[in-house]
Amino acid sequence: MWRFIGFRVLQSIPVILVVITVTFFLVRLAPGGPFSAEKAVIPEVKAALEAQYGLNLPMFQQYLAYLGDLAHGDLGPSFKYPGRSVNELIAAGFPVTAELGLYALLVAIGIGGIAGVVASLRPNTAQDYIPMSVAMIGICVPSLLMGPILILVFGIYLEWLPVSGWGDIPGDKILPAITLGSTYAAYIARLSRAGMLEVMSQDYIRTARAKGLPEWQVVVRHALRGGMIPVVAFLGPAFAGLLSGSFVVETIFQIPGLGRFYVQAAFNRDYTMILGATVFLAVLIVVFNLLSDILAAWMNPRLRSQYGGGA
Amino acid sequence: MRLCALRLSLPVLVVSIVVSGALSLTACGDRESNVVQGNRAGILHAGNGTEPQGLDPHVVTGVTESNIVTALFEGLVTKNPYTLEPEPGVAQRWDVSDDGLTITFHLNPAAKWSNGDPTTAQDFVWSWQRALNPAMGNQYAYMLYPVQNAEAYATGKLDDFSNVGVKALDDHTLQVRLNAPTPYFLQLMDHYSTYAVHRPTIEKFGKATDRFTPWTHAGNLVGNGPFTLKEWRLNRRIIVEKSDTYWDKDRVQLSGIEFYPAENISSEERMFRVGQLHYSYTVPLDKIPVYRAMEDSPYVNAPYLGTYFYLLNTTKPPLDDVRVRQALSLAVDRERLNNTVLHGTNVPAYGITPPGTLGYQPPRVFDYDVEKARKLLAEAGYPDGAGWPGLELTYNTSESHLKIAVALQQMWKDALNIDVTLANQEWKVYLDSIDQMSFQMARRGWIGDYVDPNNFLDLFLCDGGNNNTGFCDPEYDDMILQQAPRAASREERYRIFNAAETRLMEQMPIIPIYTYTSNHLVHPSVKGKPSNLMDYVNYKYISLDPDWQAAQ
Repeated sequence: MWRFIGFRVLQSIPVILVVITVTFFLVRLAPGGPFSAEKAVIPEVKAALEAQYGLNLPMFQQYLAYLGDLAHGDLGPSFKYPGRSVNELIAAGFPVTAELGLYALLVAIGIGGIAGVVASLRPNTAQDYIPMSVAMIGICVPSLLMGPILILVFGIYLEWLPVSGWGDIPGDKILPAITLGSTYAAYIARLSRAGMLEVMSQDYIRTARAKGLPEWQVVVRHALRGGMIPVVAFLGPAFAGLLSGSFVVETIFQIPGLGRFYVQAAFNRDYTMILGATVFLAVLIVVFNLLSDILAAWMNPRLRSQYGGGA
Repeated sequence: MRLCALRLSLPVLVVSIVVSGALSLTACGDRESNVVQGNRAGILHAGNGTEPQGLDPHVVTGVTESNIVTALFEGLVTKNPYTLEPEPGVAQRWDVSDDGLTITFHLNPAAKWSNGDPTTAQDFVWSWQRALNPAMGNQYAYMLYPVQNAEAYATGKLDDFSNVGVKALDDHTLQVRLNAPTPYFLQLMDHYSTYAVHRPTIEKFGKATDRFTPWTHAGNLVGNGPFTLKEWRLNRRIIVEKSDTYWDKDRVQLSGIEFYPAENISSEERMFRVGQLHYSYTVPLDKIPVYRAMEDSPYVNAPYLGTYFYLLNTTKPPLDDVRVRQALSLAVDRERLNNTVLHGTNVPAYGITPPGTLGYQPPRVFDYDVEKARKLLAEAGYPDGAGWPGLELTYNTSESHLKIAVALQQMWKDALNIDVTLANQEWKVYLDSIDQMSFQMARRGWIGDYVDPNNFLDLFLCDGGNNNTGFCDPEYDDMILQQAPRAASREERYRIFNAAETRLMEQMPIIPIYTYTSNHLVHPSVKGKPSNLMDYVNYKYISLDPDWQAAQ
């Protein structure tokens, strides 16, 4: 297992280096710079601004300087928000995005897992079709639509829940978590249904039933473990996707997360912020993929033995 | 064995989510809205567009920043929100010399920084040096260009700041010498780029010209305005509270303001609806008809100091021909555009200057006239569109710009039988195209920095940095730069401006489309926030009606 982890960590270093390099040059190739503005900026001012941020140096020198700072964990000053460093912006936004992502994931596992298991118990009956159709709707309805609908119903007509904010008013985290989680709930429902169906036809399930175990014990104690492997494998990428894809939900609910900074950085040509957030998310994605692989290996005895059984 | 955790957690999770949901449901059942709480405590909850770039008056450039900076700092003068005429700020009074070239500001001895230091004339001299210093990269440095030698210093042609026309005669007397009489100079003194900043605070965190020190963060910032910075949570809110050291604190009725960066305007509208905001930064276009139809509507719409227009590149055919430019402009039915696409929210424009800019009225040089437009186009060699080489309209990606462009495209097709193609560009790409004039016709908006026709008319000077049309008329330049500043009276000055704008609209380097309006939803408990051309808020005038809810 340690060899497996070590190998995967080594593998990820060149990946992240490539991400940095490509992003660094791509943002600088994009037309329009961080200091172009609607009201013309006089050349002297522009030159002064570029000098303050080192943009007057040759591009390769800027690149080396950036790598040097990065090695010290310094992501540089933000271009758009003078007085704020990229580290500071990420530190402000990421905990919020991570919390939102975590709640969304819990919603997704809770709703999706139950729907998938329930559906798999009576395949091709109403008990299967109804949750799966609902799941399909979850995949099809984008959060851009889901969010405002939930707000209208629960926030404005029923006045049960706040319509925006994060941690300011009690209950303001519920609607964003459901909105963001619903898409993933649908995927998890489909994955867990497929996983469970496969497991339920296995010999050891038949053995369990033959022992005379009640059906719920068969499902919970024996089938769930194997049936959930596809879901666990999906969790890593899903969580990474939740982190990098929460922009829409953050905007709808006015949540001060990383997603809003990240997307605005691209529009603003905030070079250091784009790079900083990209590198940060790239590292996170690599880590989460690794974690979910390890978890899946632990859950699957065949994979475990393949990597030396060190678990 | 490892699975135990997961197996257990599934039902636990579901239960905990349901329970926590139910708990918070009951928790918010009897909660009072921000507005009701705020009315009682004197806290204004204001929707404020986007997260401000910063709060350093010599760095920031936008409206959202300005709304907060004016609460934290004060210039030599402030403005009356009803008339936009200057009122005493840090300066108690001011004398203008007979030739209009020297202004002496007498500072209020009671004016203080929020740490108790007095605000002095030397503070202004030091701050203006900072604002003009080329290393500062202040994009609004040009607001001080009317001051003698300020431009030379800002562009690095002059190194010695003592040659710039600003002097502290003593602690409370500031003398400013101007290049030429500048009737709108007092308006500039209420622009944040001319504000004083607190020298010891800035120097504590770095060099005077460093843009990215944390001196503006909560806890660090020292200002001289009616409010002080209490909390700044990124993308969440900025809280300011009433200052104890402000010289005019008795007139400040609010005990604090919370600014919300409500980026998504639909979300902002929902926040207003549930009572989280006293007023909104703007209103989504599709919601306006709904609010208009309401009784006692909170919707407030007023003319704004901004013009929406199309730039015409007069250096490239076919727009190098003035007849083609006129034909295009005459064929636009501005009334119809405003009533349909824009839901009647704006004001059709026939000139560059917004009507009523401190009493100035732009000339009406032309009308909507399809017959005349067809005739002009025929004279230019394209009778009924025959031989038309095509024309491309560039605009920055946005739903509303697209709708307007499509409407105009159809008007030109119907009236003149010519094809105009549309090219949308992402914001920064579009800015580059404008700057390099690599377009034929391009959408443009201009928002005034100060209330004076000069702010719109000097765009089209031959070497104007925002001219972007190739238009150059030495007679026009002479009227704006030489004749108008020396006019004996405001009437005389406006007459010269009117003649200049007539010349401009006859040459038609731009197609004016509409005058902007400001759009807000304002809660009825908010008093003292009148509409004005600059959408300017003077927080000293605002009060909240604590009995509003009881009256309902």
